[in-house]
Amino acid sequence: MPWVLWVPATLALALVVLPVVGLLVRTDLRRVPELIVSDAALTALRLSLETAAVSTLACIALGVPLAVVLARSTVRGIRVLRAVVLLPLVLPPVVGGLALLYLLGRKGFLGYLLGVTAGVQVPFTTAAVIIAQTFVAMPFLVVSLEGALRSGGDRYEQIASTLGARPWTVFRRVTLPLLLPALGSGAVLSFARALGEFGATITFAGSYEGVTRTLPLEVYVQAEADVDSAVALALLLIVVAVVVIAVARPRALEGTAR
Amino acid sequence: MRKLGALVAAATLMITGCGSSSGGSGSETLTVFAAASLTESFTALKTSFESAHPGTEVKFNFAGSSALVQQLSNGARADVFASADQTNMDKAVQAGVVDGAPSVFATNRLTIAVAPGNPKGITGFADLARGGLTVIVCAPQVPCGSAAEKVERGTGVTLRPASEEQDVKQVLNKVQTGDADAGLVYVTDAASAAGKVGQVDFPESAQAVNSYPIAVVKDAPQAGLAKQWVEFVLGEQGRAELQKAGFGAP
Repeated sequence: MPWVLWVPATLALALVVLPVVGLLVRTDLRRVPELIVSDAALTALRLSLETAAVSTLACIALGVPLAVVLARSTVRGIRVLRAVVLLPLVLPPVVGGLALLYLLGRKGFLGYLLGVTAGVQVPFTTAAVIIAQTFVAMPFLVVSLEGALRSGGDRYEQIASTLGARPWTVFRRVTLPLLLPALGSGAVLSFARALGEFGATITFAGSYEGVTRTLPLEVYVQAEADVDSAVALALLLIVVAVVVIAVARPRALEGTAR
Repeated sequence: MRKLGALVAAATLMITGCGSSSGGSGSETLTVFAAASLTESFTALKTSFESAHPGTEVKFNFAGSSALVQQLSNGARADVFASADQTNMDKAVQAGVVDGAPSVFATNRLTIAVAPGNPKGITGFADLARGGLTVIVCAPQVPCGSAAEKVERGTGVTLRPASEEQDVKQVLNKVQTGDADAGLVYVTDAASAAGKVGQVDFPESAQAVNSYPIAVVKDAPQAGLAKQWVEFVLGEQGRAELQKAGFGAP
């Protein structure tokens, strides 16, 4: 490795680390414990962890098949589809939230149908939080899985089918095990993204304690009234995210070194 | 060569013209930080202020009052600060970002925004506690939310809102899109969306009247102009424009 790379690498690292240091310096660390054990903060943390867990499961249930289809299908137009799947990555989250509202809101076509036929209203519910989080987090899972599938190639799968395995057996016995390491890192990424989701949630799900006000939203609410407690909550969010990534790190590393 | 000289001279003139803050002919920019609910009326006032002060341009930063206080405390450059409530102006005074005593220039009160034609038949504040209604309010941390809380306490009616939004325009939006049946907004916001939302006034809103204070920012780059803007807003023309938007007299 050329040693000059250290210069931009250090700058890059500083760009990520220094703002967090800024937060730490600005915070009265002695007050942090009392600020983060408020009822509102704990409720928000619990809601965040629960919704992020459920949306990660949804990402896996929907994203794994999608990644396999994108990586293995030879149908025309699959490239366009791939671009569409990545859309939530580039859409401003608020726009994502608006899009969901226009679909599932009371006047949105699907939302209207749900309301008329089943009396179900999606916005302003915990379900809306999960949908918003899944919407923004799923591309992370699909991208890591699809990358793994493509770089791994399909020779094992082809061999399995020449040996007489049916497609479903190939998928279950060959494709899925090959995917596992990438699935680990992809799921962690999705979880972290879901945990930090803000724009789509506040636009689509609203903000109400215990129902839709996740930790990022609580930080935003607190920033209006008491910056210190907002910063303390932000630190809590950072700690949770770092712990999640650190705990899952072995699997995530496996995913990249595979 | 002469051309080049002229160009340099012109450029120098332009630069110094922009740089001078007291020169009568140069363009001067007055930066006004104002609460989001002042968007329509202040924008309307801008035109007449600019024509009364040739060479002056008024620029706005409209946002939630507390966000503005925060920007100012963190060193944002501005000349005037207009808040949607006393609390945030007090914060600004405490943080030492305004100069002199603020003056109240308007008042505002809550109303219920509903879908046009009021399909849910809402007649008063107590109706908002009815089951089966999706009601949206502001979070208690922002001025419109603390006003809503005051009304709740005063009337003994407890709302179960579907969401507590961060600013009043978000509440209005959700009523406009039809995702909420009713929302507590300021009369001025309901007026600005007349036609797209209906308005149900309720007498209890008198219990939570917000006052809007305005002040010159400390070390304002255009302190002189800033004073003139404050006087202009407090004066007859300002009064008329604010009244048109639905604001009450201070």
